[in-house]
Amino acid sequence: MSEHIVKAYDRELELLERRIAEMGGVAEKMLGEAMDALAAFDVELAHRVVSSDPRLDALQREIEESAILTIARRQPMAIDLRECVAAIRVAGDLERVGDLAKNIAKRTVKIAAEARVPRAIVGLKSMHEVAAMQLKDVLDAYAQRDVERARAVWFNDAELDALEDSVFRDLLTFMMEDPRNISFCTHLLFCSKNIERIGDHATNIAETVVYLVTGEAMPTERPKGAAAAAPPAGRGEEAR
Amino acid sequence: MTAMSVVGAGAPVKVCVRGLDFFYGDSQALKAISLPLHTNKATAIIGPSGCGKSTLLRVLNRMYDLYPKQRAAGEVMLDGENILSPDVDVNLLRSRVGMVFQKPTPFPMSVYDNIAFGIKLYEKVSKSELDGRVEQALRGAALWDEVRDKLHASGLSLSGGQQQRLCIARTVAIHPEVILFDEPCSSLDPISTSKIEELIDELCERYTIAIVTHNMQQAARVSDFTAFMYLGELVEFGGTDHVFTSPTQKKTQDYITGRFG
Repeated sequence: MSEHIVKAYDRELELLERRIAEMGGVAEKMLGEAMDALAAFDVELAHRVVSSDPRLDALQREIEESAILTIARRQPMAIDLRECVAAIRVAGDLERVGDLAKNIAKRTVKIAAEARVPRAIVGLKSMHEVAAMQLKDVLDAYAQRDVERARAVWFNDAELDALEDSVFRDLLTFMMEDPRNISFCTHLLFCSKNIERIGDHATNIAETVVYLVTGEAMPTERPKGAAAAAPPAGRGEEAR
Repeated sequence: MTAMSVVGAGAPVKVCVRGLDFFYGDSQALKAISLPLHTNKATAIIGPSGCGKSTLLRVLNRMYDLYPKQRAAGEVMLDGENILSPDVDVNLLRSRVGMVFQKPTPFPMSVYDNIAFGIKLYEKVSKSELDGRVEQALRGAALWDEVRDKLHASGLSLSGGQQQRLCIARTVAIHPEVILFDEPCSSLDPISTSKIEELIDELCERYTIAIVTHNMQQAARVSDFTAFMYLGELVEFGGTDHVFTSPTQKKTQDYITGRFG
């Protein structure tokens, strides 16, 4: 994209992008550490995750304010307008990702003392792998304005939903095996829901990237189940 | 990329420009322009200085006829009739296609006569009917309440914004079908500009409107369709919502986002 005649305008938009990248980094780190803390029942690490959240909130606020200021000051059009709107949306999603990671960390603090069935965490780990990959991919897609990659993230979300279903069944089994597992497994159930939600936010961001680059919205219906996990043929041709 | 096919599908067309070329002497100012003006819609024409947008407007009521060595080729169909054809009555055409200019240009006569003048030019009307038409025109231009007590003061004594609305009243007084606005707000303050924009909204109910403006936000606010021109060519034509949020042409995007280099 060539530069604006007014250079300060370019600097404002670049700053938005950098702040989003920073938020993405913080959110990814929080998620990774929250899951490490959960796997190792590491209370100290969990506390560190909780204490990272205010940084994310502050960044979100900063991005919103500067995007609104740019809209007021420059009346952005077309790609620039989408840039500002996308920044506000993505910042909102990343802030929520941080909240969900923080929630996992808080639950870790609660259940660390009575860790019961460590094998119950295996399923969560594979969910985390997928979610972390989705998050990374979508942040790259945003940074590179890569519609194809964003679409791939959008289609992959079904995988995470399927994993959540199987984790749900596993945890249910553990709870039925021994009622003393119930409290522990319920916390894990919430954790798995959190990870699934993080996937949803990655999907939101993917939709925003597609909108940002093409100006067109993704379908309101999201792919469901394994059958929809692969993009239908010809999908990619719409990219500009 | 769907803009071209989506816009105008089904909407009636008042003016249809087809393959229009225009020359100032030897230099070509418009190159094969084709675009519709949809009935009772406002079409904004935007583009950098010298792109031909005012020229295009001047062709639509054959204003260029007043100048030697200016020549148009192609078709401009107004209700299916080619107005470029030599046997068109230009005076009649200009009563059907009115024009409002960049700077307010009231005649050096009273507010009343500014409006009555045009009516009397085209029609024979009684005094009482004339009074009614003048009031109606001033109301139509949202000026009546401000000038009802000074109808016989000079048009030049009004403020800039009032003068511009007087010019609009003068234009609507003769019941045109199409109104062309050439930068109607460029010499007005924001309040007067808002009044004119509000007026354009209302005028759309009765007239087909084309507006040339350098103010992109204004084009986005007042128009239903937008045409972007560059170096005498039509680069993009589409629904205003689409052109200003996701134009299909890179040139359009560069221009409306302030990246033109």
